[in-house]
Amino acid sequence: MALRDAHGPYFGDFGGRFVPESLVAALDELSDAYELAKLDPAFHEELAELGRSYTGRPSIITEAPRFAEHAGGARIILKREDLNHTGSHKINNVLGQALLTKRIGKPRVIAETGAGQHGVATATAAALFGLDCTIYMGEVDTERQALNVARMRLLGAEVVAVKTGSRTLKDAINDAMRDWVTNVETTNYVFGTVAGPHPFPEMVRDFQKIIGEEARAQMLELTGALPTAVAACVGGGSNAIGIFHAFLDDVDVRLIGFEAGGEGAETPRHAATITKGRPGVLHGARSYLLQDEDGQTIESHSISAGLDYPGVGPEHSWLAALGRAEYRPVTDAAAMQALRLLTRTEGIIPAIESAHALAGALELGRELGPDAVILVNLSGRGDKDMDTAAEYFGLYDGEQA
Amino acid sequence: MRTVGEVIARRNREAGGALIGYLPVGFPTLDESVEAAVALVENGVDVLELGLPYSDPVMDGPVIQAATQQALQNGFRIADGFEAVRRITERTDAPVLIMTYWNPVVQYGVDRFADELAAAGGAGLITPDLIPDEGADWLAATERTGLDRVFLAAPTSTDARLAKTVEASRGFVYAVSTMGITGARSDVDRAARTLVSRLHDAGAEAACVGVGISTAAQVAEVLEYAEGAIVGSALVAAVAEGGAEAAGRLAAELARGTRPQ
Repeated sequence: MALRDAHGPYFGDFGGRFVPESLVAALDELSDAYELAKLDPAFHEELAELGRSYTGRPSIITEAPRFAEHAGGARIILKREDLNHTGSHKINNVLGQALLTKRIGKPRVIAETGAGQHGVATATAAALFGLDCTIYMGEVDTERQALNVARMRLLGAEVVAVKTGSRTLKDAINDAMRDWVTNVETTNYVFGTVAGPHPFPEMVRDFQKIIGEEARAQMLELTGALPTAVAACVGGGSNAIGIFHAFLDDVDVRLIGFEAGGEGAETPRHAATITKGRPGVLHGARSYLLQDEDGQTIESHSISAGLDYPGVGPEHSWLAALGRAEYRPVTDAAAMQALRLLTRTEGIIPAIESAHALAGALELGRELGPDAVILVNLSGRGDKDMDTAAEYFGLYDGEQA
Repeated sequence: MRTVGEVIARRNREAGGALIGYLPVGFPTLDESVEAAVALVENGVDVLELGLPYSDPVMDGPVIQAATQQALQNGFRIADGFEAVRRITERTDAPVLIMTYWNPVVQYGVDRFADELAAAGGAGLITPDLIPDEGADWLAATERTGLDRVFLAAPTSTDARLAKTVEASRGFVYAVSTMGITGARSDVDRAARTLVSRLHDAGAEAACVGVGISTAAQVAEVLEYAEGAIVGSALVAAVAEGGAEAAGRLAAELARGTRPQ
């Protein structure tokens, strides 16, 4: 079977539906609605039209020659999901799920968010479709991504700062699931990544796979060949699966996911789930996760709120187990250097999440040599990260040494 | 030792039904949680439900979250759960079920967990995030050890799913009273009555209602139609405020709801 044909609820030993019974009816309803929508040309046409006239699809590719000079001479080509409306790939998935919400007939959506990109995208879709919207965001993340909190509120969403546990993305998911259990009759959960219970890993992947479908054709047109390697950052893994998917059965194309190495994957402070974790059950699916001996989830650490998650989507765990994709850690420091390097060499400010993929591409280029062509998913833009970057690089007046 | 099923059946013959009390292990300490659990039984709780603190308790409301988070900060380990079961069953004859999210069992090893729970004198597991569809390993372990397996049923569950849940469950079926997470509510949802009736139609011998029950009057109301009433957050709040003694006092009050009217 072609790897691209894999679907839920299981990807090898991973995936499934480890949820309270109270959610099963809602997940079944969503699965059924999605299965019907998949077969309905009108759904695909409506989604494609939103992509064209609202998101700005197809997103372009941009070659980055001055950046690539630092990558051993390899060619580096960026897939520009940062140019999408709302500033990241998250809008692709949200528009699909918002259309499904309308089909199911529920008036309210909820979502979790880490960096705020998925929260902003969901709040945007809610404004566009006239849905009530509540976004759960860890209190730590509301502080480091204050701009996105303001954007969501301006869009009319209620933003709930989650104060439990590590007060980051995993706890935001817990509270969103609690909301869903309580309000399931009126509410659809617009999940932001390829993790969670079935049908989310498959459905979110399907809404994101357009990234790789476009990029594969664009690469063939630009270079006349498929890329040597495809690089993407991996938190939950939606932008990575989105760009990997079209290449899964192109066996000569290496697929590399770059996880958040935080202060170093050899330290306790990282979010390198596949690199350092082991299989377990979290947030409704069996997948790799960071956990202690007792199965208690370990708090992850990353300078990037969007990658600061101790789990990962089950399809990634499966691809790692198969050896079809590789997963490596990139430290906070390497990501921040890559962020500044792309900004200075190409005039493109990436999100800190995407900067992990850029740092990975620099490393890959040096390994693969000057004949390599590396496609990088530039999954989001860095506007939201200006405060973090300014603090990190000492860019505010009065801070410079 | 008497099984959960036997205790619930007996309490339905001699009283209005069974009172099931929940407390988390290790809150505020392991010793105090054992004392509180024993106090519940001494004051009329028929079956104990001991919760294992877990980092990501998606079915729990703020009271239980706060208690279990404190237990984790105090260094709770999964092995403490077996220790608590052992100490409680040495001092009381009430059956003790463990309530646990699924990942700790997976990581401990499903068979190893079942063996140690049985060796400690435990009656079985209540699994809030394990549905029978994903429970093949657990069903096999319970067939081998004789442990009970309590699955949850919800007002939104289809008839087909209720039938599957009833068939998979042993001990009782946990009927979630309302759509929501744990925590006291002023009105136990009318949906509970309908759900229990549907569970009986699906062949359930014992359906016990949990989530939102905090008073003797609610216990009495639930026992009009269900075989058992489960109280959690209210007891945890009592432990937080006044330790084992306060939990015992509340249990005695709640147990009045089990007396024939």
